[in-house]
Amino acid sequence: MNDQIRKLSVLAVLLLVALIGATTYWQAWAAGDLADKQDNAIAQVAQFTVDRGLIYAADGTPLAANRPVKAKDGQTFYFRRYPQGDLASDVVGYSTQSRFRTGLERSENDYLTASNAHLDTVLNKVLDRLKGTTVKGNSLVLTLNPRAQRQAIDALGDNCGAVVALEPPTGKVLVMATTPAYDPNLIERSFDTIAQRAAHARCSPPAPLLNRGTAGLYVPGSTFKLVTAAAALDTGKVGPQSHFFDKGYCIEYGRKVKNFGDQAPEAFGLVTFTQALQHSINAVFCQVGKRLGALTILDYARRFGFYSLPPLETPESERRVSGLYDHGKLYFPKHSFDVDPGRLAFGQERLGVTPLQMAMVTAAIANGGVVMRPYLLDRVEAPGGGVVTRKHPESLGAAIKPETAATLTRMMEAVVAGGTGTAAQIPGIPVAGKTGTAETGVNHVNTTWFVAFAPANDPKVAVAVTMENQSQTGGETAAPIAKRIIETLLGR
Amino acid sequence: MSYRNRELASLIVVAILTGLGFASVYIAQQDVISTASLTYAIFFLALYLVAHLVTRLTVPFADPYLLPLAGLLSAVGVIEIYRINPQDALRQSLWLVVGVGAFAGTLLVFRWDYRRVENYKYLFGLTSLGLLVLPALPVIGQRVNGARLWVHFGGLQFQPGELAKIMLIVFLAGYLREKREVLAQGRPKDLGPLLVIWGAAMLLLVQSADLGSALLYFGIFLAMLYVATGRRRFVVAGAVLFVGGCYAAYHLVDRVRERVTIWLHPWTSHPVPCPLTGHPALRQDCSSYQLVKSLYSIAAGHFGGSGFGKSTIATPDGHPLIPFLKTDFIYSALAQELGLVGISAFVLVYVVFVLRGMRTATIADDGFSKLAAAGLTFGFALQTFIIVGGIVREIPLTGITLPFVSFGGSSIVANFILLAGLLLISNRAQLRYA
Repeated sequence: MNDQIRKLSVLAVLLLVALIGATTYWQAWAAGDLADKQDNAIAQVAQFTVDRGLIYAADGTPLAANRPVKAKDGQTFYFRRYPQGDLASDVVGYSTQSRFRTGLERSENDYLTASNAHLDTVLNKVLDRLKGTTVKGNSLVLTLNPRAQRQAIDALGDNCGAVVALEPPTGKVLVMATTPAYDPNLIERSFDTIAQRAAHARCSPPAPLLNRGTAGLYVPGSTFKLVTAAAALDTGKVGPQSHFFDKGYCIEYGRKVKNFGDQAPEAFGLVTFTQALQHSINAVFCQVGKRLGALTILDYARRFGFYSLPPLETPESERRVSGLYDHGKLYFPKHSFDVDPGRLAFGQERLGVTPLQMAMVTAAIANGGVVMRPYLLDRVEAPGGGVVTRKHPESLGAAIKPETAATLTRMMEAVVAGGTGTAAQIPGIPVAGKTGTAETGVNHVNTTWFVAFAPANDPKVAVAVTMENQSQTGGETAAPIAKRIIETLLGR
Repeated sequence: MSYRNRELASLIVVAILTGLGFASVYIAQQDVISTASLTYAIFFLALYLVAHLVTRLTVPFADPYLLPLAGLLSAVGVIEIYRINPQDALRQSLWLVVGVGAFAGTLLVFRWDYRRVENYKYLFGLTSLGLLVLPALPVIGQRVNGARLWVHFGGLQFQPGELAKIMLIVFLAGYLREKREVLAQGRPKDLGPLLVIWGAAMLLLVQSADLGSALLYFGIFLAMLYVATGRRRFVVAGAVLFVGGCYAAYHLVDRVRERVTIWLHPWTSHPVPCPLTGHPALRQDCSSYQLVKSLYSIAAGHFGGSGFGKSTIATPDGHPLIPFLKTDFIYSALAQELGLVGISAFVLVYVVFVLRGMRTATIADDGFSKLAAAGLTFGFALQTFIIVGGIVREIPLTGITLPFVSFGGSSIVANFILLAGLLLISNRAQLRYA
C-alpha cells in the first residue's frame, strides 16, 4: 500500500501548494485591479490609515490638512480638514469616506498616499511598514496664489462665475476660483448645508461642486474675436490697419442681425481692423469671418487648444472640451457651409468654451503665440522634506506667429486704452484685454467676459473672468474684477 | 535526541513564536488592549506542556513534530481571533483546553491498543451517518450561511460533520482492510459500496447544497479506496460519477447553481436578480458579497502583509468589512496580515503536517493503521484545500473550518482527536525500532 500512500501524499501536497499559487495570484497579480474596484471598502478604509500628504498653496498656505482619529481597535485614521474652507475647494476637491474623492485629492491620490512608483517613496514606505510606523504620504505644493484666489471669490460675490489666471511664460495656474464655492469640511459632516449656502447665488442650479473654471461651458461672445483676429492676421488676409465698412448689421444665415447694444453708435462707418476689435464691432467681424471661412477659424481655435481636453492635473471628468456643441455633443463641421462663419467670428455660434480655455488663448497671445501647458501642481514633496518630482513648463506648440501675437497685443492694448475695456486700466501698467457680452437668448441676461494680460510689454499674468446672468456688459462687470486680480498678482 | 525531547524542543520554539505573535498584536493595539494579552503566550506554553507530558506518558515513540505543528496552527488561530475580537479568543482558548482534554483522553484510553476500534467499525459508520443527518433534522438542524451544517441543541451549537469525518475514516479503514482483496479484483458487483457512498454524497449535496462537504467525504472515500486496492479505475469511475452528479445537481438544484455562479462570476457590471432581497443588484453587492470582500482582504496583504494587528478589517466606527471573518474567512484575515510571504509559510505548516501524517501511514505495519493514518491525513489536507480553495476561488466556496485555526469548538475538538489518532498509529509503528 505504501506506493499508493506516496502517490496520495503527492496529491495532498499538490492541493495545498495550489493554494499558495492562487493566493499569489490574488496578492501579487490581481491586487492592483482589486484595489481599484469600486466596492472595495477595505482599500478605501485602508487609505485612511495612511498619514495623507498635505496640500499647500504656492506661498505655503495649507489647503488640506489631517485630523487623526483613534478607532476602537487602536488604529489611527487620518481624515481631512480644509483650513482655508472654500478657498480652493473646486481645485483641491475633497477626500471623504462617504463621498469618496474629487479634484486633486482624487487625481493625485497616489502621491498623497505614497502609492506612487518613485523609488524614494517606495523605499520609505517599505521602511515605515517594517518599522511598524504609519505610512506618510507625499505633500503637494500648488501654483495657486491664495490672496488672489480669495480676492477672486470675494469679487465674484453672489454671482456665479469663474476666474482663471495663468502665468503666460510657464502656464502656471495662479488663480482658479469658482462661485458659488463650497466648504469641503461640510462634505462629510453636513452635505445638505452646502446646497443651502449656495442657494443665494444668482444662477440656477447653483451647482457649487462644479469647477466652472474647467467644466463650465459658456458662450464666449466677443472674447472669441481674439481667435478670429488671430486667424485673420496670421493668415495675412487682414492687417491691423485694413479698412472695413460697418453697416451696423450682419447677414447671418441669410438674416439681418444688428450690432449689439453696447457697440454705440449704431453704425461706425469706415473703421480699421484695430478699431473694430477696440469697439468690438460685430458687423466687421462678421465680414472677416466670411472672408476666412468657418473651418479656418476653427482650425486656429484648435491650435489654441479647442477640441481637446485642456491638460490639467484635476480629474478628467472635472474638465470639459471647448468647441462647437450640437445638442450637447462636441461637433466639428465637415464643410465650411455647415456653420455660419460670420456668427462664429464674433463668438455667438453654438460655441461652448471654458474659462480655462479662454485664459489659455489669452496667455498664448501674451507668450508670443506659444501655448503653454497649464499646470496646478508645482512640486511633490516627500514627508521628510526633499522634492519627489517638480513640474517644468511645457510648450503645447505655437498657435500663431510671434508677429501676429505682437500685433494682436497692440490691438488688445487699444481695447483697454480707449475701447470697451477701459475699466481694466491700471495706472503705469499697460494692460491688453478683450471684453465679451454673450447673449443667452433672454433679454438683459448675458454671460459676461473679460480676458486680459499685463504688463502688455512683459506679460506676467493672463486672466479670464466669466460671470453668468449679468444685465450689464463684460466691460462693466468682469473688467473691474480682472483689473483687481491683475493688480494683486503683480504685487500692487 | 529522543522523540519526546525533540517534541519538547519544537514546542519551546512554538511557544516563543506564539509569544512574539501576541506581542506584535499587543504593540499594534496597545492603546486598547492590556498586557493581559501576553498571558496567552504563557497559557499556551502551559497547555502544550500538559499535552506533551501526556504524550511522554502514553505514546513515547510517536512522531515528535505533529503536536508542535498543531500547536503552532492553533496559536496562529487564537492570535488572529484575538486580533479580531479579544472575547472570542478567550472562548477559543477554553475550547483548546477541551480539545487538549479530548486529545489526552483519546491517548489514555487507547494507549495499549487502538486497533480494537476496528471491531466496532459498523457502529462508527452508522454513528457517522447519523451525525451527518442531524443538521437536516427540523428543530435542531440549523442553516448557517446558506448551508445546513450546524446542529443547535439546548444552548450549544456544533458542527457534527467534523466528528462524522473521523468516524467515517475509522469505518472505512476497517471496512476496506477487510474487503480490500475482494475489491482489488475489480469485479463490477463489488462496485456496490462505491455506488452507495456516491449516492450518500449526492444526497448530501442536494440536501445541503454543500458541494464542499460532498467533495470532502467522497474524496476521502476515493483516496482510501485507492490506497486499499491500488486500482486507478475506481478513482476514475468515482471521479466521473462525482462530476456527473455535480453536473446534474447544478441543473436540478437552484442553490447549487447559485453557488457555482458566484464562483464563476462574482463580479457583474449590471444588476442581476438578488435572491436575498428580491431586488436586482450587482452580484458583488448581493450573493457574492462575502467572497468578494474576502478576496479584497487577501489582496490588501500584498507581499509583506500589514503585520499582526494592523490589518484593515473594520470601518473607523467599528463596522466589520468582511463577514464571518473569524470562522470561514480567517484565512483572508491572515493573508492580509501576513502577506504572501507569511501566508505561504502558514500553508507550508499544513504541508509539513500532512507529510508527517503520510509518513506515519507508510511506516505503519498493519492495513488498518495504514488506511486510517492515510485517511485522516488526506481528510485533513482535503478539508484545508476545500475551505481555502473556496476562499481563493479555486472551487466554489464552502463554509467549513480551517483545521486548528478557525473559531469553533467542534472543529478544535475533532482535530485534536485526529491528532491523537495519528500519534497513536505513529507510536505503534515506531515502537519496533525502539
